[in-house]
Amino acid sequence: MTDASTSTPSVIERTRHIAAGAPIVGAHFLGRTAVLVLGEEALLLVPEEGEERRVAVHGGGILSAASDGARVVTGGDDGKVVASGANGDIEILATDEKQRWIDRVATGPDGAVAWSAGKTAHVRTGKGEVRTLEVPSSVGGLAFAPKGLRLAIAHYNGVTLWFPNAKAAPERFEWRGSHHEVNFSPDGKFLLTAMQEPMLHGWRLHDRKDMRMSGYSARVRSLSWTADGGWLATSGAEQLILWPFSSKDGPMGKTPRQLAAFGVRVEVVACHPKQEVIAIGYEDGLVLLVRLDDGAEILAKKPDKVPVSALAWDGAGTLLAWGAEDGKAGTISLA
Amino acid sequence: MSESTDKIPVTVLTGYLGAGKTTLLNRILSEPHGKKYAVIVNEFGEIGIDNELIVNADEEVFEMNNGCICCTVRGDLIRIIEGLMRRKGKFDAIIVETTGLADPAPVAQTFFVDENVGKRTKLDAVVTVADAKWLKERLKDAPEAKNQIAFADVILINKTDLVTDAELREIEARIRGINPYAKLHRTERANIALSEVLGRNAFDLDRILDIEPEFLHADGHDHDHHHGHDHKHDHSHGGLKHYHDEDMQSLSLSTDKPLNPDKFFPWVQDLVAKDGPSILRCKGILSFKDDPERFVIQGVHMILDGDHQRPWKDDEKRSSRLVFIGRKLPEEKIRNGFASCVA
Ligand SMILES: [Zn+2]
Repeated sequence: MTDASTSTPSVIERTRHIAAGAPIVGAHFLGRTAVLVLGEEALLLVPEEGEERRVAVHGGGILSAASDGARVVTGGDDGKVVASGANGDIEILATDEKQRWIDRVATGPDGAVAWSAGKTAHVRTGKGEVRTLEVPSSVGGLAFAPKGLRLAIAHYNGVTLWFPNAKAAPERFEWRGSHHEVNFSPDGKFLLTAMQEPMLHGWRLHDRKDMRMSGYSARVRSLSWTADGGWLATSGAEQLILWPFSSKDGPMGKTPRQLAAFGVRVEVVACHPKQEVIAIGYEDGLVLLVRLDDGAEILAKKPDKVPVSALAWDGAGTLLAWGAEDGKAGTISLA
Repeated sequence: MSESTDKIPVTVLTGYLGAGKTTLLNRILSEPHGKKYAVIVNEFGEIGIDNELIVNADEEVFEMNNGCICCTVRGDLIRIIEGLMRRKGKFDAIIVETTGLADPAPVAQTFFVDENVGKRTKLDAVVTVADAKWLKERLKDAPEAKNQIAFADVILINKTDLVTDAELREIEARIRGINPYAKLHRTERANIALSEVLGRNAFDLDRILDIEPEFLHADGHDHDHHHGHDHKHDHSHGGLKHYHDEDMQSLSLSTDKPLNPDKFFPWVQDLVAKDGPSILRCKGILSFKDDPERFVIQGVHMILDGDHQRPWKDDEKRSSRLVFIGRKLPEEKIRNGFASCVA
């Protein structure tokens, strides 16, 4: 099925292989250090040079993670929100008084952090002030707008947009159904959610125009914007699905670009921070890099039947980290 | 909906407030079975559950965006099960305790609608605890209680020490009038062998073998009395009192003639698409023309699941049987539709 493994140029030999010892649920970079988020208790720090290091962050499952490039923030079923640095220092940002699960976390501008427990969303500003907002149902996703302190909170039947520092009432964007991952376009003009059904929903913020992006075979779990914000790369289909966002109408009335089809579900996508290159992780373990202008493919990991669960680029775009559900991981140097 | 061994089994405990759900739950957790359970309890439930892995749920029922009232899932359960799977290996099974007011259908549907949940867990059975003394009243005033009985795979008639034998038989008959297919147990303080409530595989297609009504075997005729008038009528078969609930009922169809799959599938899919809201559950074992294998089917509201089960045995009678449990089922339409699927 994946003939790519024999006919495509490969960077596999540049891989540093890592055995994390636990399922990997996320990956981030802090400088040149890869941070692998494990399903339970710990992060695994993988510096470019030197030994891997396990850092205990939660007393249980790690439910979500996000990074602003300076810290990795995690939420756990121990009710804690923890920020970790590349050197392994950790800071407990918040502890839920009832030890409720911290379901979602997000990082924002100037050190702001958001998290949610059930129906309650919190924002902690860079100065350490905490604000709280209750939404009508469990929070499915959190995202900060690219500019200003503005938080999108996805939930059942829509998204609440909240300026935690303003007196103004939160704005509601409604669309029937259950909304999970939420995301702003990098220019701040569009708001997107991944729904319980295999589709995305979107709103153009200035006129609240709705957009429906469907055709997926599974719930979309991974969304990533290309460096110039022109494309939204998504998982959830048997190929890479890219929605065009360079015009003022975004993807309205347009069909998506489809690349790198192998008859295997795309599980996770990560756009290169500088070039129009996208790393794609598949359900069968394959990791491919695909270049947008000509669709050229480079093999980064061979399929091994274990779903890829995490992908991340460092800020320079010369290191790629991947992680899989069985705890295998790798970093690939592309410099 | 079926197979797979490494999926975590999930037992759903339902029952009206005070029936003894928590007693049963504590019994399950405290017996020396060497197994670890992750327990999902409702936030408003009775307290006093002693277990390491315990999660509070909000019972958020979400409609899917197709706009249909029966196509619902438990949104919080999707989130919680995803989170629990981060700790896979720390527990052997999951128990979901619902509030007394909960409808079991959204809970069950969650396991079939959400791909991620369905990949990692499987619904084992819906177990309903009923209060021997108060169930009759609840069936009158609480539609939820009726739903919980109709939906159940296993029913515990609890607190039997508080009623007479005659009252107990009447309660059983009432339950049978709604759901003749559940396994029925009489208990006092929810004392029951755990093997009777756990590991039932009630939603496993391979285990759809016993869809004979539990005590109506002897009668030999279909129970198709649905009169639409306002009083409960009871009548006697083989010495057993049998009530027919006015709106919640079961419907059993059977034929010895082989079915035409090209007629049957469009018919049953159309039926659940149109009448899904009134169909709580269905199960069937089917014999198709020129097909050497038994076909099994089951469903919850509009969700249908079916597969070949195994070859018909040489000495086995090849017949088809399909049962529905639901509310105000369009009986004539279903009977005629089924009859028209004969090859
Ligand atoms: Zn429906």
